Amino acid sequence: MNYLYLGKRLVIAFLSLLVVSSVVFAMTMALPGSAAEIILGTQQTEQSVQQVREEMGLDRPLSERYVDFVIGVFTLDFGDSLISDQPVTEMLIPRLIRTLQLAVVAMLLSIVLAIPMGVIAAAKRDTLSDTAITNVSYVGVSLPSFVSASLLLLFFTTGPLGIFPSGGYEPLSEGFIPWVRHLALPAIALNFVVFAYVLRQTRSSMIETLESDYIRTARLKGLAERSVLARHALRNGLLPTVTVLAINFGWMMGSVVIVEEIFSYPGMGRLIVQAIAERDLPVIQAGILVPTAAFVFANLLADVVYTVLDPRIELGEK
Amino acid sequence: MSAQETQIRSDQDETLLSVDNLSVEFAVSDGRIQALRDVSLSIESGETLGIAGESGSGKSTLAYAIVRYLDNNAHVPEGSIEFKGRDLLEMLPAELRSVRGKQIAHVAQNASRALNPSMRIGKQIRETIELHQDVSGEEAQNRVHEVLDQVNIPDPLEVAKRYPNELSGGQQQRALIATGLACDPDLLILDEPTTGLDVTTQAKLLDLIEELKGESDAGILLITHNLSAIAQIADRVNILYAGEMMEKGPVDEVFTEPANPYTQALLATTPEIDSQKDLRAIPGQIPELGSIPDGCIFADRCAFVTEECRSGQIDMESPTPGHQTRCQRWETAVEDPIKSGTKTARTSSPGDVILEADDVHKHYDEGGFVQNLVRDHKPVQAVQGVNLQIREGETVGLVGESGCGKSTLGRTFLRLHDPTSGSIKYRGTDIASLSKSEMKEFRSECQIIFQDPDASLNPRKTVKRIIARPMEMFTDLDEDERNARVDELLDQVNLSGDLKTKFPHALSGGQQQRVAIARAFAANPSLVVLDEPVSSLDVSVQASILNLLDDLRDEYNTSYLLISHDMGVIENICDRLAVMYLGNVIEEGPLTEVFTPPYHPYTRSLLSSIPSLDPHEDDTRIRLEGDVPSARDPPSGCSFHTRCPQKIGDVCETDEPKLETVEQTSNGQQTHCIACHLDDPEMSKPLDEPAENL
Ligand code: SF4
Ligand code: SF4
Repeated sequence: MNYLYLGKRLVIAFLSLLVVSSVVFAMTMALPGSAAEIILGTQQTEQSVQQVREEMGLDRPLSERYVDFVIGVFTLDFGDSLISDQPVTEMLIPRLIRTLQLAVVAMLLSIVLAIPMGVIAAAKRDTLSDTAITNVSYVGVSLPSFVSASLLLLFFTTGPLGIFPSGGYEPLSEGFIPWVRHLALPAIALNFVVFAYVLRQTRSSMIETLESDYIRTARLKGLAERSVLARHALRNGLLPTVTVLAINFGWMMGSVVIVEEIFSYPGMGRLIVQAIAERDLPVIQAGILVPTAAFVFANLLADVVYTVLDPRIELGEK
Repeated sequence: MSAQETQIRSDQDETLLSVDNLSVEFAVSDGRIQALRDVSLSIESGETLGIAGESGSGKSTLAYAIVRYLDNNAHVPEGSIEFKGRDLLEMLPAELRSVRGKQIAHVAQNASRALNPSMRIGKQIRETIELHQDVSGEEAQNRVHEVLDQVNIPDPLEVAKRYPNELSGGQQQRALIATGLACDPDLLILDEPTTGLDVTTQAKLLDLIEELKGESDAGILLITHNLSAIAQIADRVNILYAGEMMEKGPVDEVFTEPANPYTQALLATTPEIDSQKDLRAIPGQIPELGSIPDGCIFADRCAFVTEECRSGQIDMESPTPGHQTRCQRWETAVEDPIKSGTKTARTSSPGDVILEADDVHKHYDEGGFVQNLVRDHKPVQAVQGVNLQIREGETVGLVGESGCGKSTLGRTFLRLHDPTSGSIKYRGTDIASLSKSEMKEFRSECQIIFQDPDASLNPRKTVKRIIARPMEMFTDLDEDERNARVDELLDQVNLSGDLKTKFPHALSGGQQQRVAIARAFAANPSLVVLDEPVSSLDVSVQASILNLLDDLRDEYNTSYLLISHDMGVIENICDRLAVMYLGNVIEEGPLTEVFTPPYHPYTRSLLSSIPSLDPHEDDTRIRLEGDVPSARDPPSGCSFHTRCPQKIGDVCETDEPKLETVEQTSNGQQTHCIACHLDDPEMSKPLDEPAENL
């Protein structure tokens, strides 16, 4: 039965992707002037505009272009870069891999840090540790990522604590240590974006769970508080956090651009910034669509995990 | 203490639990709530003690105090709780944990929330066993099946593998009790075990508790607002009111010769089936426990109150050994007890038909769009072809267990839902064909009162605005006239005019329901649908609302459609009654005739499921097997055939019985109809013999 539910979710995921690609396509169409003129900027001549139009296939009928575009999206073919003439997908993939490394490490960081801290804060509610943890998370929420990234850059790349390189990337194949050294600071900066949210979500849903009737039942069975927490509270209390993690993953993708720029990390974000500066339309389109797809599928994944954790969800019935 | 010693001690008739002079306070922002004051009780092994109390009496606080599970803001200024000679209040946390679940099992109310939704039933039970007993995995597993069997759950092996949401309400309650029984506790605390369950399920649960009493020598503490449950099951009863013990004694004595005005009033206000009881309301409401007045806590509502009652401390006195009452005038109270009156039959003869349902069906499609695409989705058949008439000035009761479709039908009557098929006629016109202005008129003439007044009153409007609202919408009274009418209505529903400027949340449940009633009557309705109007209220408040509805009906010549699961309430004010099962009306007729033979087998089992307030009543209750089938897939033929104790045979599975007249009054207007293939003598004969082989 669960498969049916997941199948349904999968269909919805693909539908959302279709909608987003249509929106992106429509946006490109709605640009004032033709896309070709925008791309050429001030250097346009009649002839060059015509040339670019042909290059981009802008002279073909709208419907045909739309179908082509959507098919392209689903076959991961975004055309060629207008600047380098390289296929966009080819440019994108290595950068996507780097960004994903960054995002996944940042996410793991917040999972291993924020969730336990949230659980502790909830279990020790209204004690000193709770207050301390909650306040730290407040600071985290109010710190924009460009500030935290700049601060990290300032303290840990120069001076006595300058143990990290100020930017760049080393693939894992070059060794674990160099890889971690390059990844550490941007991942921490990115982690800041979601850490506080995950922590507070964990805390509040754990508190709610700990107040529920079945927790009382467990305590009145004679279970020690630690077992109550581990056997009864965690599973139910962490369910909402799974969803929040997925949403946060999306947010994080938004902050990736800034963090990558500050740490000169050659990922998707930098590519998009560069593409915008160069008016490289196919790259920009791909740059919007790929993170969207990541977001959609992260949600799908969260649903899968949720279904596994919560036996009540079957075919969307309660 | 060695196990052997424990054995020897418990063999003597020692006190298992003794609570002495216990007080519990809760610190709140503006002071403290003295939830329990000077409460003492004792319970012996093998004994069942019932604690009766309304909401606010502190009965749950007492239950939690015994397992020392009170909120952080609670404080115990005095008293002791001795369990097997040890003071629970002095125990270290580890000691306490070894008592909880093992020696004292607390079975909480509301089983659907008290079970962990993401853990299999078997595992939840097994956990307690493994925690307290040194057993192998297999032994634990066997014990799980054993206790599930002990609470009469069919197919324990299968149920152990299920999650709580896969069980019915009654089964969840049983599973929770099984969790409590897992380690064979010395004391079993049952907190409102029957609340929220249907009457037939409730009856089976009471049987179970009775059975458990016989099987083990554990002490059982039964905490409930349901006096009948205590009358049927407990050996002794303690009556708790506003945090104080009012009366204690053997059930036989307390229920037949109550020596406390509160107990007397409580018994006189509890509806009872087949008693012609004219309920005596208890005036006033339970006091706030922020500041405790001097003297007797019940003084403000007591019929025997004198000046002496309002000062000093009222002590427990003993009318007979083992029977105590906290009242200084108990002798007067015993001599001339508060009793309910006897109802005089209503004489008014009903007029023309005002609302008429003709073959009304209502199906719900609960599936989502995609679900309907991907599978053959069956709608919920909430109402399946109902014919019903309501006459002017008449009160028709609609009774049935949860899920029988009674509320849906009530709402369809008022066109809060549209029927799937069939028609509803108001004074001869199909309400589906009403024009907009006619509809408005219909809305003003037909009102509804819901179960939960808190949810149905606009929280941001004052009482005055709430009551005036229907007048603004449906009448052309000017403001002064409206104000005058609001005052008149408040007076009619016995609310003080001071409440006009209050918001709903500042009122008690009973007061809120009065406001809802005043609002419903504001536009002089000709029909009011009452959807469980008293089931969220305490029994001492219930009667006053029922009496009020009774008076208003006579004053306004209004018709009522009273929807309720409570036969006692139905009997109290209805003229005619329709019994519903799975979307069908299976019996209909004048009240007295439905309550006497011939019976539809379902009506008969409903009536016999209702526990009596009389502890001596002979228990020949009929018990229904299994649960109500799903309304998505109702059984063929007679929808009751899966549970019917009198099922004839195949004909019940294949042919749907039609409502047929079994009796008729002289004027031909009032008929008694039953939908069943049995013949009249079968439906009339006493069921003693067939009850045997159930
Ligand atoms: S002491 Fe007085 S007020 Fe209290 S119950 Fe007895 S008679 Fe009533
Ligand atoms: S028709 Fe048959 S199954 Fe239905 S109530 Fe009558 S005897 Fe029972």
